[in-house]
Amino acid sequence: MTGLDTLWSEIFNFSDYAQLLPLLKNSVIACVVLGVMGGLIGVFVMTRDMAFAVHGVSELSFAGAAAGLLFGVSVVAGALVGSLAAALLIGVLGSRARDRNSVTAVLMPFGLGLGILCLGLYHGRAANKFGLLTGQIVAIDDPQIKSLISIAAVVIVGLLVVWRPLLFASTDADVAAARGVPVGVMSLVFMTLLGLAVAVSVQIVGALLVLSLLVTPAAAALRISASPFRVPLLSTLFALVAAVGGVLLAAGSSLPISPYITTISFIIYVTCRAVGPSRGRARAQSST
Amino acid sequence: MSSAEPLLTLERAALGFGSRMLWEDLDVEVRRGELIAVLGANGSGKSSLLKVVLGQLRLRSGSARVLGTPVRRGDRRIGYIPQQRLADDGLPLRGRDLVALGVDGHRWGVPLPSRRRRQRVSQLLSSVGAEAYESVPVASLSGGEQQRLRIAQALAAEPRLLLCDEPLLSLDLPHQRLVCDLVDDARRRLDLAVLFVTHDINPILDKVDRVLYIANNRCRIGTPDEVMTSEVLSDLFDAPVDVIRHRGRILVAGVPDDQLYHHPEQVPL
Ligand SMILES: Nc1ncnc2c1ncn2[C@@H]1O[C@H](COP(=O)(O)OP(=O)(O)OP(=O)(O)O)[C@@H](O)[C@H]1O
Ligand SMILES: [Mg+2]
Repeated sequence: MTGLDTLWSEIFNFSDYAQLLPLLKNSVIACVVLGVMGGLIGVFVMTRDMAFAVHGVSELSFAGAAAGLLFGVSVVAGALVGSLAAALLIGVLGSRARDRNSVTAVLMPFGLGLGILCLGLYHGRAANKFGLLTGQIVAIDDPQIKSLISIAAVVIVGLLVVWRPLLFASTDADVAAARGVPVGVMSLVFMTLLGLAVAVSVQIVGALLVLSLLVTPAAAALRISASPFRVPLLSTLFALVAAVGGVLLAAGSSLPISPYITTISFIIYVTCRAVGPSRGRARAQSST
Repeated sequence: MSSAEPLLTLERAALGFGSRMLWEDLDVEVRRGELIAVLGANGSGKSSLLKVVLGQLRLRSGSARVLGTPVRRGDRRIGYIPQQRLADDGLPLRGRDLVALGVDGHRWGVPLPSRRRRQRVSQLLSSVGAEAYESVPVASLSGGEQQRLRIAQALAAEPRLLLCDEPLLSLDLPHQRLVCDLVDDARRRLDLAVLFVTHDINPILDKVDRVLYIANNRCRIGTPDEVMTSEVLSDLFDAPVDVIRHRGRILVAGVPDDQLYHHPEQVPL
C-alpha cells in the first residue's frame, strides 16, 4: 500500500505547486509552440502517409543531437543537421510509398546506432544523456528555448504560407499537378519543414516519442472529422492539451515530460476513435 | 481568336521513353464542342497523351498547342480527371472541399471563408447532381460518386478543354452511363472539347464525334464509322481483326493477345 503511495507521489506531486508554476513559464511557452506546430504539420504527415518516415527522421535527428553533444557543438544544431539530412533523403529517394518505407527502415537503425555510439563515447553530465531519446525533465534552459521557439515559428509560418497548394498536392497530386501546383517543390518544402519540426520535438519529447506530437493528434482529429478546417484546428487543440498538460502534470515529479504527453495524446486518440463515427456511419450522419 | 481555331492541335507528334516509342505521326485538331474517344491497349500511351497536353511530358518530336500556344503546365483552360482514385483513408476532405480545391487549390495561403467560393462550389455540385455529397468525407464515397465530384472539380476553373482518363474504370453500367451523360452535358453547356480515354467505346458511343485509336505505335483518327471497321483495325493491329456491330454496340474480335485490353467485349478468336 505504502509502496503504491510512494509510486503515485513520484508520478504526481503537487506539493509546492504554486511556487513551482513561475518556474514552468519557459516550458509552458515551449510546449504551446510545440503543440501548435505538431498539430498543424501532423495533418500533412497523415495525408501524405508519412508517419513511419517521421520516426526515421527523428532517429537521425537523435544521432545528430548526440554527435552535437559529443563534439561539444550545439545539440540543437546537431539535431537540425541530422533531421534535415534524413528528411531530404527520404523526400528525394522515396517519392513512392514503398521506396519511402524501405529508405526509412534502412535509415532508422543506422541513426539510432550512431546516436547510441555518440552517447556511449560522451563522458559529460550523465543525467541529460538519454533525454534525447526519451525526453527532458521539465525545466528547459533559456538559450535553448529561444532557438526552439524560433524554429517552430518558422515551421508554423511556412505551413500557413503553403497551406492550400500543399493540401492539394498531398490529397490529390495528379489534379494538383495539372492545375499548376509545383508538386515536387511542395514535397521538398514539406520535408524541410518536417525536418525542422522533428528537430524541435526531439529536444522535448525525445526521439522515440516524437510521433506522439507529430502524428497522434492529427490521427485523432481525422477520426472525428473530415473537414479541412476542423481537422487542423482539432489536431492543434489536441497537441496543445497533450503538450501543455504534460508539462503541468510532470511539474512536481522528477520524471521526464514525455510519458505524460504520450499518455494524454494516446487517451485523446482512443477517445476520438470511440466517439468518432465509423466510416459507414459517417456518411449516414453527415448526409442527413 | 477566331471561333474556327482548334482548341488543341497536335502536329506530327511522337512520344517515347528512352529507346521505346509509344506513338508517332499523330496529327489531330480538336475543335470546340467536340468529344473524342481515345482507345488503345494498356500501356499504349493514352494517359501519356493527356500528360503531354497537360505539359507534364515532352513530345519526342512534333508540336502540341492549346489555342495556338504551346502546351504548358498549369494551364487553366484545361480540366483534368485523373485515372487514379483518391486515397481510401485519412483525407481531410468532404465533397465540397474536393471541388473547392479545383476552384482555388493552387493559390498560396490558408483559404479564408468566402461566400463567393461557397456559392461557386454549390453551383458546381448541383451541376453534376452531387449536392448530397457536399458534407460527406470523400474517402467514404464509392468510385462512381467520386467520379461525379471529379467532374465538378475539373469544371471549376471554367476550362475549354476537358481531359478524362478512364473515368468509367470499375463503374457499373448505370454509373458508366451517368458519367458519360454528365461529361456530355458539360460539353454541350460549356462548349467544351473533350478527350475521353476509355477501354470500351460502347458506353459513350452515341456521344462520340471522333475516335483516336492507338495501337502498334500508330494512331488512327476519324469518326467511329471510319475507324471502327475490320479493315482499319486489321491494318492498325497488323492482324485480322473483326469489328462486329450488334444492336448499336461495337464488338472487336481478334485483337492479338499482346494487344488485348481487359474487356469482355473483346474476344480473341
Ligand atoms: N515517365 C515515364 N517514364 C518511362 N516510362 C513511362 C513513363 N510514363 C509512362 N511510361 C510508360 O509508357 C507506357 C504508356 O503508359 P500510359 O500510362 O500512357 O499507358 P495507358 O495507355 O494510359 O495505359 P493504361 O490503359 O494501362 O492506363 C507504359 O508502358 C509506361 O510504363
Ligand atoms: Mg492510362
